[in-house]
Amino acid sequence: MKILNILVAAFRALQRNKMRSFLTMLGIIIGVGAVITMLAIGQGAEYSVKQQIAALGTNVLIVFPGSQQQGGIRSGAGTMTTLTEEDAQAIRDECPAVAYVSPGTFAGGQVIAGNLNWFTSIQGVGVEYAQIREWDVQYGDFFSDQDIKSATKVCVLGRTVADNLFPDADPVGQNIRIRNVPFKVIGVLTKKGQNAMGQDQDDVILAPYSTVQRRLSHFPYIRQILVSATSSNTIETAQKQITDLLRMRHKISRYEGDDFTIRNQSDLANAATATSQILTILLASIASVSLLVGGIGIMNIMLVSVTERTREIGIRMSVGARGRDILTQFLIEALVLSLLGGIIGIIMGVTGSKVISSLAEWPTFITAFSILLSFGFSILVGLFFGFYPARKAALLNPIDALRYE
Amino acid sequence: MVVGLWEGKIMSKTKSPPITTELDGKFLDGSLETDGKLIKIEHLTRTYTLGEVEVHALRGVSVEVSKGEFVAIMGASGSGKSTFMNILGCLDKPTKGTYTLDGIEVGKLTRDELALIRNKKIGFVFQGFNLLSRTTALENVELPLFYSSVSNKDRKDKSISALNIVGLEERIYHYPNQLSGGQQQRVAIARALVNDPSIVLADEPTGNLDSRTSVEVMEIFQKLNDQGITIILVTHEPDIASFAKRHVVFRDGRIKSDKINNSPRIASEVLKTIPSIDEEEEEA
Repeated sequence: MKILNILVAAFRALQRNKMRSFLTMLGIIIGVGAVITMLAIGQGAEYSVKQQIAALGTNVLIVFPGSQQQGGIRSGAGTMTTLTEEDAQAIRDECPAVAYVSPGTFAGGQVIAGNLNWFTSIQGVGVEYAQIREWDVQYGDFFSDQDIKSATKVCVLGRTVADNLFPDADPVGQNIRIRNVPFKVIGVLTKKGQNAMGQDQDDVILAPYSTVQRRLSHFPYIRQILVSATSSNTIETAQKQITDLLRMRHKISRYEGDDFTIRNQSDLANAATATSQILTILLASIASVSLLVGGIGIMNIMLVSVTERTREIGIRMSVGARGRDILTQFLIEALVLSLLGGIIGIIMGVTGSKVISSLAEWPTFITAFSILLSFGFSILVGLFFGFYPARKAALLNPIDALRYE
Repeated sequence: MVVGLWEGKIMSKTKSPPITTELDGKFLDGSLETDGKLIKIEHLTRTYTLGEVEVHALRGVSVEVSKGEFVAIMGASGSGKSTFMNILGCLDKPTKGTYTLDGIEVGKLTRDELALIRNKKIGFVFQGFNLLSRTTALENVELPLFYSSVSNKDRKDKSISALNIVGLEERIYHYPNQLSGGQQQRVAIARALVNDPSIVLADEPTGNLDSRTSVEVMEIFQKLNDQGITIILVTHEPDIASFAKRHVVFRDGRIKSDKINNSPRIASEVLKTIPSIDEEEEEA
C-alpha cells in the first residue's frame, strides 16, 4: 500500500469516530501544550536570574584580606590588615587580565540633610567602581582621581538615599552631613533595584575611599579590592594573576597559605543558573508525565479500535494484506493521532505561554528546541504506544478475524 | 522491500505457464509437475489442538481440480469442508500432505507469502459478504489492488470493469448499507475478480440470500465459469450445488464422493421460472 493511500485511510478511519479521536488527541494536546508552556516559563525564569546576575557584574572578583590569627584564635575574613592601596595599584598595573580596579572600604552612619536624616552605609570606593558595577550616575558626576588623591569630601547618592533625604529638591550641589562630617553631593546614581538576596542596592552612599578612610572609618587599610576581569572568560586567569602577584608582594613562601581571599561572582551566577535550570527540567518532566498519560490514551483507543475492526482486518488479510500492511495501517493511525495532537498542542502551548506572560508579567521564551522536543516526543509517544495495538492487529489469524462478530 | 521487484514479474507471467514467482527473494518454481492441474492436493490432514484434545478436521484428502472447473463442495457441518476451504484459500496451512496451487507448493510458504498468494491467485466470496462498511462499492472492490503495486488510475479502471461484469456499474459510489444483499454479494464477487485470480472460492455465497437472489448470484458464477474462471463453491444446499459441474462431498474429514454433474442447471433459465417480485423491491 502506498503511504499516501494509508494516510487517507487513516484519516477516514479517525473521522468515523470524531469525538473519540478528538478526546484521544486531547491527551497529547494537553501534554505537548504543558511541556511547551512549562519550558517557556522555566526559560523565562532562567532569563530573569541571568539578568539579575549580570546586573551584579559577572566578571567581578573581590579580594579580601585574610583572617587574623593570634595565638590560635582566628577572626573572620577581612580582619587582617594586609591589603593596601599599593596592592590595588599593582593589580591594575601588572595583571593583564584585569580591566578595572577599585579599592574599597566602608562605614555606616546617620546621614543628615536639612531637617531629614537617614541611616545608610557609606562605601568608600575608587573611580573605576562605576565601570566595575556597570552603574552610572543619573544626575551630576562621579568623583575623579583628583578627588581620591586629595580626599575631597564629595559623595554620590544611591537612588533610595536621594529619595529619602531630598524628596522634593535636586540633591546635586547640596550639602549633607555624614557622622557630622560635611560632604557635598555631586551626583545621584541610576536605580539598580534589589540584588539576588533581596537587598536594596540603591540604599548606599559612594564616596572616595581615601575620604572615608581619613574622615569616617579612621582605618588606614583597604577592606576589599573590587576587580573586574577583561571578560567573563578571563575570570580564572585574572584570579590566578592576582593570587601570584599578591603572594609575591606579601612575600609569602610557598609553604604558607594566602593572607587574602578572592571571591568570584561566577560561582554565585552558576549556582543560580543551575537552580533555575533544574526548575525548568522539573517543570518539563512534570508536564511530560501528562504527555505519557496521553500516550496511554492513544494505546487504549487503538486497542479498542483493533478489537472493533477485527473483521475488517480479516477482510483485508483475506484479500492479500500482509501482517506488515496491517501493522503500518494501525501505526499510521496512532501516529496521525499523536502528530495532530502534537501540532495543536504546540499552538496551544505557544498561545498559553503568551497569555501567561502578559497576565503574570513573567518573561516566557519559546525556543525552537522546546517545539522540536515536544513534537519529537509526540511522534515517539505515537510510535511507542501505537506499536503494541498495531502488532496485535498484524498478528491476528485471518480465519479467526474473519469469523469475529 | 523486494515487493516492488517481483510484482511486475508476476503480472506479466501469470498468464503463460510455467510460472516462476519470486517471493521475498525466494524463487518458487511454478513449474512443479501437476499434470496440468490447477490444484493438486495429496493426503491432506489438518489437526487442531483444543487444549488437551486433538481435533482431526481433515483426515487425508486427495483431490485435483483442473482449470475452468466449477466444483461444489458439500457436506454437513463438521464434515471438514470449511477447514478444507480455509486451506484451499491459503488462510490456513495443512498439518500434513501437500497442496500445490498453480504449480506453487503452498504448504511451505510463510505468512507473508500466503498473503501474496491470496492477493494474486485467489478471490474470496463469503457468506456474510464481508464488505467494509462506510466504504463505497468501488473502494471495496479496489481493496485487493491496494496491496499490489497498481497505479491509482489502473486500480480504478480495473475495479470499475469488475463492477461492470457483475452489473453494478450504476452503483459504484453506493455504500454497502445502501445496497441489497444480492447487490452486496455482487460487489464481493467483483472484489474477488479484480486481481484476475486463478480460482474464485465462494463459501456459502447464497447463505444469506433469498432464493431468487441466490439464483442470480449463481448466474454470475456460471457466466464467469463460461469465461474460463475456475470456481470452487462450498454449500450445503443441494439446490445451489446443482448449478455446479462437479460435486465433492465431505464427511468426517474425508471425501465421501467425487462425481461429475452431467446435467448442471442453467441459472439464467431457472430465473425465468421464478417470479421477479423481489426485483422491484430491490431496485427501489
